[in-house]
Amino acid sequence: MSTIIADTKTKIMTENGLFPSSEVMLDLKKLKKVYPTPKGDYVVLEDLNLQIKKEEFVTIIGHSGCGKTTMLSMIAGLNPISGGNISVLGKHIKGPGPDRGVIFQSPSLMPWMTSLQNVMLGVNKVFPHATRAQRNDIAKYYLQKVGLEDAFNKKASELSQGMQQRVGIARAFAIKPKVLLLDEPFGMLDSLTRGELQDILIEIWNKEKITAVMITHDVDEAIFLADRVVMMTSGPKAKIGDILKIDFERPRTRKSVLEHEDYYKYRKHLIDFLEH
Amino acid sequence: MKQSLTLGKVTKFIGLGFFSTLKDLFTGKLEKEDFKNFLRKTVVPLVSILLFIGLWQMGAKSLYNIEAEFKIEKALNDQGPEAADALRDCMVSGDPSCQPNTLPSPSQVWGSYKSLLRDHNIISADKAAFIEKTAALNEKRVADGKDAITYTGRPSFVDQIFRSLKTVFAGFLLALFIAVPLGIFIGLSPTLKSSFNWFIQIFKPVSPVVWYLLVFMIVKTLLIDSNEDSSFTISFISVGLCSMWATLVNTAMGVSSVDKDFINVAKVLKLGNFQKIFKVVLPSSLPLIFTGLKITLSVAWMVLIAIELLAQSPGLGLFVWEEFQNGANDSNAKIIVAMFVIGIIGFLLDRLMLTIQNWVSFDKTGAI
Repeated sequence: MSTIIADTKTKIMTENGLFPSSEVMLDLKKLKKVYPTPKGDYVVLEDLNLQIKKEEFVTIIGHSGCGKTTMLSMIAGLNPISGGNISVLGKHIKGPGPDRGVIFQSPSLMPWMTSLQNVMLGVNKVFPHATRAQRNDIAKYYLQKVGLEDAFNKKASELSQGMQQRVGIARAFAIKPKVLLLDEPFGMLDSLTRGELQDILIEIWNKEKITAVMITHDVDEAIFLADRVVMMTSGPKAKIGDILKIDFERPRTRKSVLEHEDYYKYRKHLIDFLEH
Repeated sequence: MKQSLTLGKVTKFIGLGFFSTLKDLFTGKLEKEDFKNFLRKTVVPLVSILLFIGLWQMGAKSLYNIEAEFKIEKALNDQGPEAADALRDCMVSGDPSCQPNTLPSPSQVWGSYKSLLRDHNIISADKAAFIEKTAALNEKRVADGKDAITYTGRPSFVDQIFRSLKTVFAGFLLALFIAVPLGIFIGLSPTLKSSFNWFIQIFKPVSPVVWYLLVFMIVKTLLIDSNEDSSFTISFISVGLCSMWATLVNTAMGVSSVDKDFINVAKVLKLGNFQKIFKVVLPSSLPLIFTGLKITLSVAWMVLIAIELLAQSPGLGLFVWEEFQNGANDSNAKIIVAMFVIGIIGFLLDRLMLTIQNWVSFDKTGAI
C-alpha cells in the first residue's frame, strides 16, 4: 500500500469521532440494530460510530446484506433504533422528518401525479407560508436543474426510469433538507444513464452543499462523488471497517478524476477491502 | 405530444375493439396482414353467433315435436281420433291457441321482441295523451293544494327496463357509499380489520333472498306509518347490501397494501393523515377499488332480478315472473327476450365501469 494512502488513513483514524462538535452535522453513536427471529436475536449493526461533517458528501460501500440500507433507513427515521443514538446538529432524531430528505432506490414517485405535483407534494409541506406561486417556482427551479423543464406536466408513469429518478432528486433537494440520504439511487439504471445522473447530482450538490450520505455498490461512483468513502464490514454485527478520504478538488469532472494519479490507488484500496 | 382521438382508440378504450376492424373493412383500409386478425376478431364471433342460433333452432324444433306428439297422443287417448286429428290440423295451421308450450324458437323470440316494442309505443302514446288531457286539470289541482293525477296504467317492457336500471343504480350507489368509506377505515386500521373480519366473512356468502327478507323485516317496520309503496326502497337496499361485499373487501385490501415506498415518502415528508389518505393511499388503491366496484355492479344486476321478483317491485325481474305466471302462448318467448336484454345490459354496464376505470386510474395495464 502506498504511503499517501497510509498517511491519509492514519489522519482519518485520529480524526474519526473527534471532529469539533460545531462542525458535525450527523452523529451516529454506538448504533445498534437487532431483528428478533425465532432462533434468537439477529444483530445487524453493533457499536457503529460515525460522524459526518457539515457540507460533506459521504458514500458508504460494503457487501450486500451488510446492513447499509438498515443504517440509512434508521437515519431517515423509517426503522426504529435498537440501541445507541443518531443526532442531527446535536439533536436526537425521533422518527422521520423533512429535515432528512431521502432519495430511494426505486424512484417512488406517485404515478398518478405529474412530475411537478410530485415535487410540490414535499414543497407544500415544507414551505406552508409561501404563496402558491413561490412554491411553484421552487418546484420548477429544481425540475429545471435536473433537466426536466419540458416534463413539468407529464405523469410520472409516462417517464422513463432515469427521468423518474431525476424527479426524485428534484423532490429531495426542493425540500431543502439538512441531510440528504441516498439509498443506491442509481442502482436500477443502465450505466449511461447512471453517469448522466451522477453528473446532475453532483452539479446540484456543488450549488447547495447539503450534507449527503449515499449508499452505493459502485466503487467508481463512490470515489467520484465522495469526500470520504466509508467501508462497512460484513454482517452480522457490522460496523465501520475503514474510512478513505478522497482528496480531489471540487468541483470535479469525471475526466479530471479519472486522470488523477491517486485515482487508481483509491480504487485499489476499496477493492482490496471489499475482496477481503 | 398531443394524441389524436380516433374512432379506433375510442372503441378500444371502451373495450369494443372489434368494431374498429369492422369499420376498416367497410372503409377499405384493411391491409393484407390485418386479414388474419380480422378473421379472428370479427368473422369467428359472427360464425359462432350463427352456429348458436342454428343449434337453438334445432333444439327448439325437437322440443316442439316431443311436446306436440305428447299432446296429440293425450288427445287420442282422452277424446278419441277425431279430436286428435283436429288438434294436429290446428297445430299445422299455426293457430296460436293450440301451440305446444315449450322452448320458443329464435324467430318466435324475435317476433315477441317486436311485439313488446309495439306494445311500448302504444303505451307511450297512451301516456302522452293522458298527460296532455290532464295537464290543465292538474295545474288547477296543484293550485288548489291537491295532488296531481298521475298515469297509473300498465308499464311497458321498456319502462320496466328503466325501472330496473334505476333500482340497480340506487343499490349500487348505496353499496358505494357504505363499502368504500368502510373499506378505507378497515384497510387503514388493523384493529378495525380484525373487529370487522368475522362480520365480512359471515355475511358475504349470504344469498340475495335472505338479504331481501332481512331488509323487508326492517324496512316494513320503519315505514309502518307510511302509505308509500316500499317495494322500491326494499329492493334497492337489498341489492346494495348483497353486492357491496366485493367493493368492501377490495377497498380494504387496496388501502392496506399500498406500495411501501409511497408510504415511506409520505412519512419522510410528514404528510398529515388527511393528505396521506387523499394524496397517496386513495389514488394508489383506485385500481383495486374499481375492480371491486365492477364486480359489485355486475352482482347488483344479477341479484336484482331475483329481488324484484320477491319484492314485487316493478322491473325486469317482476316482468319475467309475471310472464311465467301468465302462461300465455307467447310468454316463453317474452321471457327469452328479457333474458337477452338482461344479458346485454349487464355486459354494457360492465363496459361502462371499465371505461370509467380506465379514465380515472393511473394503472392503464391492470384493467381487463
